[in-house]
Order: sequence, then C-alpha cells, then structure tokens
Amino acid sequence: MITASAVSTLEQILSRYEPVIGLEVHGQLLTRSKMFCGCSADYIGSPPNSNTCPVCLGLPGVLPVMNRVAVEYTVRTALALNCEIPEHSKFDRKNYFYPDLPKGYQISQWDMPLSRNGHLSFTVDGEEVRCGITRVHLEEDTGTLQHAGDILQQARSSVVDLNRAGVPLMEIVGEPDLRSAEQAREYLVRLRQILVYIGVNDGNLEQGSFRCDANISLRRRGETELGVKVEVKNMNSFRAVQRALDFEIVRQGRLLDQGQPIAQETRGWVEAKGATISQRSKEYAHDYRYFPEPDLPPLQIGVDFVERVRAGLPELPQQLMERLQRDHGLSAYDAAIICAEREDARAFEELVAAGVPAKTAANWLMGEVARLSRESRTPLQRSGLGVAGLAALVKLVEGGSISGSTAKELLEELYLPGGDPAAVVRDRGLAQVSDQAELERLVDAVIAENPAAVADFRGGKEQALQRLVGGGMKATRGRADARAVTGLLRDRLAR
Amino acid sequence: MSRPTVADLGASLRRGETSPAELAAASRSALESLAGLHPVLRYTDELTERQAARAARSLAESPEKAGPLCGIPFAYKDVLCVEGVETTAGSRILQGYIPPYTGTALGRLLDAGAVPVAVTNCDEFAMGSSNENSAFGPVGNPWDPSRVPGGSSGGSAAVVAAGAVPFSLGTDTGGSIRQPASFCGVAGFKPTYGRVSRYGLIAFASSLDQIGPFARQVEDAAHVFTAMAGHDPRDSTSSPTEVEPVDEQLGRGIEGMRLGIPREYMAEGLEPGVRTAVESAFALLEKLGATLEEVSLPSTPAALSTYYIIAPAECSANLARMDGVRFGFHVDRPSLTDSYLETRGQGFGPEVKRRIMLGTYALSSGYYDAYYRKAQKVRTLIAEEFDRAFEKVDALVCPTSPIVAFPKGERSDPLSMYLCDVLTLPVNLAGLPGISVPCGLSEGLPVGLQVIGPRFQDARVLRVAHAYQAATPWHEAPPPPPPGAAGRPS
Ligand SMILES: [Zn+2]
Repeated sequence: MITASAVSTLEQILSRYEPVIGLEVHGQLLTRSKMFCGCSADYIGSPPNSNTCPVCLGLPGVLPVMNRVAVEYTVRTALALNCEIPEHSKFDRKNYFYPDLPKGYQISQWDMPLSRNGHLSFTVDGEEVRCGITRVHLEEDTGTLQHAGDILQQARSSVVDLNRAGVPLMEIVGEPDLRSAEQAREYLVRLRQILVYIGVNDGNLEQGSFRCDANISLRRRGETELGVKVEVKNMNSFRAVQRALDFEIVRQGRLLDQGQPIAQETRGWVEAKGATISQRSKEYAHDYRYFPEPDLPPLQIGVDFVERVRAGLPELPQQLMERLQRDHGLSAYDAAIICAEREDARAFEELVAAGVPAKTAANWLMGEVARLSRESRTPLQRSGLGVAGLAALVKLVEGGSISGSTAKELLEELYLPGGDPAAVVRDRGLAQVSDQAELERLVDAVIAENPAAVADFRGGKEQALQRLVGGGMKATRGRADARAVTGLLRDRLAR
Repeated sequence: MSRPTVADLGASLRRGETSPAELAAASRSALESLAGLHPVLRYTDELTERQAARAARSLAESPEKAGPLCGIPFAYKDVLCVEGVETTAGSRILQGYIPPYTGTALGRLLDAGAVPVAVTNCDEFAMGSSNENSAFGPVGNPWDPSRVPGGSSGGSAAVVAAGAVPFSLGTDTGGSIRQPASFCGVAGFKPTYGRVSRYGLIAFASSLDQIGPFARQVEDAAHVFTAMAGHDPRDSTSSPTEVEPVDEQLGRGIEGMRLGIPREYMAEGLEPGVRTAVESAFALLEKLGATLEEVSLPSTPAALSTYYIIAPAECSANLARMDGVRFGFHVDRPSLTDSYLETRGQGFGPEVKRRIMLGTYALSSGYYDAYYRKAQKVRTLIAEEFDRAFEKVDALVCPTSPIVAFPKGERSDPLSMYLCDVLTLPVNLAGLPGISVPCGLSEGLPVGLQVIGPRFQDARVLRVAHAYQAATPWHEAPPPPPPGAAGRPS
C-alpha cells in the first residue's frame, strides 16, 4: 500500500504510530557507606578492589547488614514522587551468575517493594504529562568489568573491580505513560532534578550514578493494544536517550510498515553509530528465581517514620519555581532556568537575601555567571568569588560605585581566583566617575572634540547623542556614569 | 585422666598443674592417634600457640576473672571461618581458601580464652547425615569405626566421644549437631535460631543454620553456649533479646516440670532398641518429678519434604558465590560459561549438586508457588503446632534419631539418608532449641534423647538435659577401645 514507507521519516511514522515508552531509572544513593557493609559508597577514584571488605566481596560466611539511611533516602524519593509506602516490605535475592556479582545473587526487592503507585507530572510543549511511577525499590549495585574485547563471552581476558559492588542503588520504575522521545527526555530531566534537590543522588549520567533503561513499543494511532516491546540500554546522556528512542521509533515503524514482526529483545545504544544494536533476545531471558532474603528480617516501615521523612522533605523543584515567581516576581521562564540546578536557585536566594534585586540577581545568574560557570566548569558556589563575592560586586553596580561594564570585567577576572571587589575597585581606581564637576569637565571636552556629532545632534539626529556618550565612556575607560553623562550632554546641547 | 571435662581441666589449670599449651599438645596427640577415624582435616598450630599463650597470660594475671573456658582446648567444624586458617567446608571447591576474617561465635570463644587445636571433618557444606559426603573422606564412629558418626558435624562429635577434646563446635541445619551427638554418645546442643551469630559460618541454609557445642557434660555445653550467645550487629537475624543466664537454671532439677512426648515422633520406624532406651528415659524423667503427657504435632510427616525444599532453595543461592572468580578452586577455560561449569562441576560433590539442582528447580518460574511458597506455609504451620504444644508443656522429649549409627555405605539412596533426620529437622524449621544427650545403648551403640524447648528457652532445654544426665551414667560410658588398639589416649 504505502510503497515509500521503507524510508518514512520520523514525522511520517509518528503520524501513523504512537510510541509507548516506559523508563527504568537506577540511581546510586548518596549514603556514606555501602548498602550492606561499612565500606565507603564513594568509590570513584579508589585503586581497583581497594574499597572492599569480606561482605561486599561476597566471601563465604559473611552476612549483610542493612544501611538504614539508604532506606530513608528511598522513602524520601518515593514521597517526592507521590508514592504510597506500604507498612511491610522485604528484600529478595535475584539469582544470576556474572563475575561483577560477587555473591551470585543481587539483594533486591521483588514483590514487596518499599513503595509503589506514584506519579511525576510535567509539561512538554504546553501539554501536561502525568507519568505513573510503578514502584521505587532498593537494591545493591554490582562491581564493574573491563574486557580485552567487546563483550565478556568473547573477551580474551577480563578484569573485575568490586569497588562499586554493594553501593546502594534505587530503582525507579515508571509506567509506560510516555508518548514521545521528548516526553521521555523531559521525564528524566525532571526526575534527576528531584533526586538532586532532595539530596539522594548526584545526578551524574556520565559516571553512571544516574542510569536509565527504556522500554518502547509502537502501536497504530487509535489502537489500545500494546505492541511488542524492546528494551534499550547504554544511554549515557539525556541526548542519547532522546536519540536512541527516536532511532527505535523509526526502526520499529519501518519494520511495521513492511509488515515485519518486532523481536522482543534487549538492544544497546551505540553512540558512535547513532544506532541501537541487538544484545539479547527473549529466549535467553533470565529466570532470576527470586526468593526472600533469609539473611535480612522483613522491613517494617512505621507511619511515624514515613511522616518524619515527609516532614523533612526539602522544597521540591516545582514548589520552589512557584515560590520564586510568587515572592520575587520572576517570570515562569526565568524561574525554570534558575531552578534547573538546585545550586543556582540557592545562589539566587542568597543574592536576594544580600539585598540584590530579584530581577538583577536572575539576570546575572542566567547571563555572565552561567557563561563563566560553563566555560570554567566551575559552578559559582565552588568558584573563588562565591555567592558572597558576586553579591558584593553586584551591589557596587547597584550603588553606582562602578559601571556595569567594569563589573563584567571584574567578574571575569575574579571568578576563579576570588577577591574582594570593593578592594580591587579602590586599589585600581576603577570607581565610577560620578563627581559632578568632573563629569562636567568631561562633557565639555567631548563637545569640544566632536563638533560634527554636535552639529548632527543639533540638526535633529538623535543617534548622534549616543556617539557623544560613547566618546565620554571611552575617555574614562568605561568608568563614567553613562546615564549622568547622557543627561549632562542633553542639558548642554539644549542651551 | 581419661576423657576429662572442661571443669576437670580448668581446675588443673588453676592449680598450676598444667598449662594451656600442655593441654593443647595433649589434645593434639590424642587427635593424632584418632587418624584412623579421620575426624580431623587440619591442625591450627600457629593459632593454637598464640591462643594458648593468650590464655596463659589471662590465667596468670587473674585466675578468678578468667572464665571457665580459658585455656581449654577444643576443635571446630570446617565451616567456621577463622582469620588465617584454611576453611574448606569439606569441599574441594574451597580447597586452599583462607578467610581474612574471624566469625563472631568463634571469635567470642577465642576471647574467652579457649584454645582451638584442630578443624574437624564434616559433610561437604554441611549436607549429609553420615559424614560420607566429605570431599576429604568419611569419618569413623569411635564406637565402631566401620560405622558412621552421623553428620554433618561427624568429626566434631567423634573427637569429643573419643575424649581427645572436652568440647567442639558443630553446626545444625536439620540435625547436624544432635544426630551425630546421638550416634557418638555425647551431648550436642542446637541453640534457638538467632541466639548465636551466624557471621563467619559458611552458610548451607541461612534460615535454618545454627552453631552449637558438643561436649560430654551438659554443663560444659552450657559454658560454651554462654560464651557464644547473644546479639551480633553483623548478623541481622541474631536476636537482640537478653540471653537468659544458664548457670542459674542448671541443677534446679525438673520437679514439677511438664514434659510432652510428641506422638508422631514415637511412630513406626523407630528401631526397637531406640524405643526401649527412650521409653526408659521417659520413666526416669517422671521419677525425677516431671509429669509426662502425650502431645500431637500432626504436620510432622510434612516436615521432611518442607525441609528439602527450603534448605536446597537457600543453598542454591548461598553456594552461587563459589564460582572460582575470587577464591578457592578454579578451572580455567577460554569461555566464562565453561569456566563456571568446570569449576563447579569438578569442585562440588554429588550431594551438593543434587541439592543445588533441587533448590534451583523449586525456585524456578512456574514452580515457585507449588514448591517454595507452599513449603513456607507448611513451615509456619509446623512452628504454630510447636507453639500450641508449648502452651501445655514446658518442653518436649523424644528420640533424637529413629536409628543408631549405621555401617558406612549402607544408605547410598539419598531418600533413606534424608529419613535419618525426621526427628530433628522440624526443630530447625521452627527455630527451636534442641539438645541430644546419651540415654542408653542399643546393640552396643549409643541412643540419644532429644529435649526440645520453646524459642529462646535455651536454658530450660539445658536444664532438663542436665537433670537427666545427673541421674544417669550414659554420658560417662566411653566407646570401647578399637580392636587391636593398645588403649585410648589419655
Ligand atoms: Zn564492603
């Protein structure tokens, strides 16, 4: 029927098919110690297998002891995602053999997770999306492998590092409520933002402390029955998630157009190829033989505990955005940008608290500070200048002590090394020229040196005034109060 | 001094007649003379020396403060981890494995000044009832070397029966302390599940395993239990409740105590000699002032199949870590799958493989509800029936094993071997304390009387057993000297 369908574009496919996407997110918890032993959960940079003990090495005879903070963080996450917290929960063993799994089973949760039935709401292109959260549960991370070769089965040799083994890992299973790659991406952005805000995860996709797998199927628009679902792994950035899902939509759409079946399988995103490739088909699916972990008593999550965690829940991104709009008159757009990272929002509030007007604070943060932070890969909080330094600098501008352009130069100069802006201004004589007599002398000199511009202005050319102001700024290397210079010029030339 | 007790040895130590090092050396030579029975897998020489010196210091510094176990030699089962001492769980797959840490229960004994001398033979990963499943060869029963000592803690039972050490440690998952104690004519105590930490015990079945002592005297077993018992933050299944002092209970007698005889435990299948010995034990308990009545535990017949689903299911996961990647035996093959298959194929013996297969099957998708979930329900039922019985009686008394020690090689059919534990494994399923004490002979071989108590009534169980021992000579009866031997080591 549709002969050209084999080369249909994403738009054409989306016009005929509706993607059904569900995401599974794994987030390492920012606890001090691992899930079941006393080793540090901060394993990055340790020499291989040094951040280990008999428990996380899975030696014979050892037993797990549950990290209570990890349970609290998971409950905190679940509450932030509007989940129910059942009173009874338990850990289970998920059995499979792999060299990065020291015990031959992962302690996870099967049929009684710590939480279930939540949701996350957000908007994409003005459309409200509400994605269900099936469950948030707690488990332990595996070690890491490095192969001489592509995959373990064909590798000539492999080395195991168990530094990561046993790090608390939270799994957030989303319902298949997402209908486009953009929605999937936005869901992840929002979810990551929440986890970072509530202090349970550092949101680092590159290092894998925040990881995402996707399930995606296509169905003809208007149909309710679900298509065959494909699991996509190895996506290490938001961009990769969006590209991989768009790739899958096109791949599956073209197969369906040709009347070919979709194989139920796991596919991996290969960034360099810009494509997903088949990793494992359903026939090789594991039977994990879950059963209750006999080494850990079942968990009782009391109402008191849940309410205490709920009471301690910090302000969530959505609440903060609304508050910044309400209390400080920020636009929705500015509030969203300021609140994207918790650190920026915190800096904003500190600037405002230090007496900087809200709009000014937002402009500095979204403009010059954002650029420097990006270019130097150093957020304001960790820069030498810091939030207090920025506040001091902005206040010099606000008080008329220095000009805006001087302030920008100083910000650039002091951002990394730090320093007291007021002292630098004093030492170098950078203070704005605002002395009336001095300004009058300056204006007189400008008028005398630019007869052509003066004639133009007097002849009715308003722009000529800007040339004269520019001359004044140039003569003072930007230190003159531009507004005062403009006023004086008008006065003189009107006479 | 033939077959000395903890108290005997402690007294000589305090009188300065001997030293911990001398006692350890005497135990070692006594153990060496048992080589024909093969109860010892290895000696702990370096640790022995260190620990003997430590005990000697404690005794010299303050003999009063040093506890009853200070300077006393002992042996322990090859499933308990001690830093620096090879521990193999009777298996080829752990050959050469040296733990870098010491388990809690054994660590507490070391802190009490006890001196380990040897690591004892056992069934591979504690799976067996005859000690014939050890990868390093079977153990002979001191009463008749052609017969089995019981299992899986056969080596630990044999060395105590032979008098080479006054006490030893075993583990009990379905009867692995009580049944060999019965076969070898010594006391063997399995504490309440959760009373002694399992940290450092190479797991067979995590929800059933428990560490306990063998001794000839119940009070010696009580001393060892007291030293090991109590909450351990490293074992989340260990109970935080206070340990009831045992000393106060021992010697109180059993006047006025109500004892129950489970009808189902006296059913057909009991050897006549066992029945006779146990029934006369009942009569004696009555004479000592207890009232005896029959109780019923109707789900008893389901216990065996319940046990043989739960224990293998847990072991199938517990033994997955023996993969040759990080420690122990390893067969190198070009592919990972082949390395796993060969390492585990050659590393595990047939009984271990059988149980891993059983457990894997019971947990498989589609079978879980029919087997594992159902077994858990029956397990709860069995525990509830015990609870109801304990509403009427203070403790239960019954045979430990329906049979006496059988000849090596007689029970090659796994099912007939599993049946050895029908009277002990319900106690593990319910997590109760149980002890076996010698109560007579049948055809010249020891018979065991089992005392079972409610959860955490470990002291009560020891009290009943102690009262029985105080009135009977059976625990004094030594095994006959082996034919042709010059005599037992003294
Ligand atoms: Zn560790």
